[in-house]
Amino acid sequence: MSSESPTTVVNAGDLRTEEMLLNMGPQHPATHGVLRVMVRTDGELVLDCEPHVGYLHRCFEKHCESVTTLQSVLYTDRLDYLTAMGNNWGFCMAVEKLYGDELVIPERAQYIRVICQELNRIASHLLAIGTYGMDIGAITPFLYCFREREKILTIFEHICGQRLNYNYIRPGGVAYDIDEGMLRLISEFCAYFGPKVDEYDDLLSTNDIFVQRTAHVGVLPVKTAIDFGCTGPVLRGSGVPRDLRKDQPYGIYDRFEFDVPVGSGERGTLGDCFDRYMVRVREMRESLRIVQQAVKGIPAGEIRSSKIKAKIRPPKGEAYTRIENSRGELGFYVVSEGKEVLYRVKCRAPSFHNISVLPEISRGAMVADLIAIIGSMDIVLGEVDR
Amino acid sequence: MAQVNPAVTALAAAVDKAFGAKITERDLNGIEPFLRCEPATWPELARFLKDRCGMDMLACLSGIDRGKGQGLEAVYNVESCAAQRTGISIRIRVPLDNPVIPSVESVWRTADWHERECWDLVGIRFEGHHNLVRILCAEDWEGHPLRKDYKSPDRYHGIKNNVV
Repeated sequence: MSSESPTTVVNAGDLRTEEMLLNMGPQHPATHGVLRVMVRTDGELVLDCEPHVGYLHRCFEKHCESVTTLQSVLYTDRLDYLTAMGNNWGFCMAVEKLYGDELVIPERAQYIRVICQELNRIASHLLAIGTYGMDIGAITPFLYCFREREKILTIFEHICGQRLNYNYIRPGGVAYDIDEGMLRLISEFCAYFGPKVDEYDDLLSTNDIFVQRTAHVGVLPVKTAIDFGCTGPVLRGSGVPRDLRKDQPYGIYDRFEFDVPVGSGERGTLGDCFDRYMVRVREMRESLRIVQQAVKGIPAGEIRSSKIKAKIRPPKGEAYTRIENSRGELGFYVVSEGKEVLYRVKCRAPSFHNISVLPEISRGAMVADLIAIIGSMDIVLGEVDR
Repeated sequence: MAQVNPAVTALAAAVDKAFGAKITERDLNGIEPFLRCEPATWPELARFLKDRCGMDMLACLSGIDRGKGQGLEAVYNVESCAAQRTGISIRIRVPLDNPVIPSVESVWRTADWHERECWDLVGIRFEGHHNLVRILCAEDWEGHPLRKDYKSPDRYHGIKNNVV
């Protein structure tokens, strides 16, 4: 009987071996937004891939040419919507640079900016880590991370009335003052959050499945990273201690004590997904240190420079500034003709560069690893597409 | 801000020594120090900046329509990743009727996407780019939105443009 049953052995010659073109996205939960990646595969292997961006393109730069400088701040919120404080600050800093040395930002405003930016960095990294875990199959950290992020968003809601699009940092200072109650709220959060970072670190970083999925995967060599203009945790994950807060301190970052964590290949190869993830975890601790120092040292005083009037007319000139945002260097090139509306605004978005290196580091990886690699880049499409 | 960074001065001096009259304009004391050169000089200068001056990162490429018959301008912000405080911007102006600049994607890989974006939004053609297609706008989009004479279309594929 058994000898007559049809054979179940697959003849290798019958298998289809040609390459397949796989379309991932633009609506795909693992692409963190509307990113489309065309993947050329050979079975489970990625031979090549090409990211297609632009699905969220609103031509932010064109908008800025038609609204006033103050109104443009509002549009910057919508770039990297997870670190809107940084966007506000980056844009305002470019506008402030046009005024030259005459414009001095009040001390209190400088401290408030640092507090907000660092809290926002923690919120952004929490989301990055939470969703990254979920990409790989760990759902629990996501829930915890979102719970903590919510606390930060509540603080922001108290400060400026918004949870995501703050429009809080304005040219010359900040929009509203923060009172003692809010400072207490922030201190309480710092005291609460410190031990929590260790807990989440323990939850994910030592998880064997997580480590196996991220170590040795998506290795980004230093040279390639620099060549492609990668910055932020992506570059630091490859072992380059480049952080504008240390290298070119803007605002008052030179007054705070903090370290710049870099990848070391502790679980796999230097510059792999695990290193990029680990840099973010450690950066949360450093940000917390900065917030604690800033809350302690914040002076009383003005929150906005009187040099900047309600109708902002930046002096004629051109300026390029950059800040260290959660995802890397956010640069703004502004051209002013001395009018209320800026002549040209160009935004150098960190995610735009970080995602451009994707084909380079995912060749030869498995399709499932491609998800891990995209997640480790932590891109925000609002900023890529602008 | 206004004080001159000695590293930038040294960098500009090195470029001056090698290129001399090919650098058509320089301003090192302004808010944004810059050098200006002709499009034909650019690939050579880019190579020099990267190999000899350690400018290993092309941080930003901004395309600007100067308007009023002044043509288009590309502003390259290059910087060094190792000696973190050094960086300079290079400005290159091209006429509106023939906006061509040689591509530098062979010098900095990141120039690939930068140049595509600049072509897409400002309409500067980068000669020698391996795949100069639109990156942010749709493939069949007409015109370059950041040109000062750009008129936004009334309709796109039958979808009404209700921007006021």
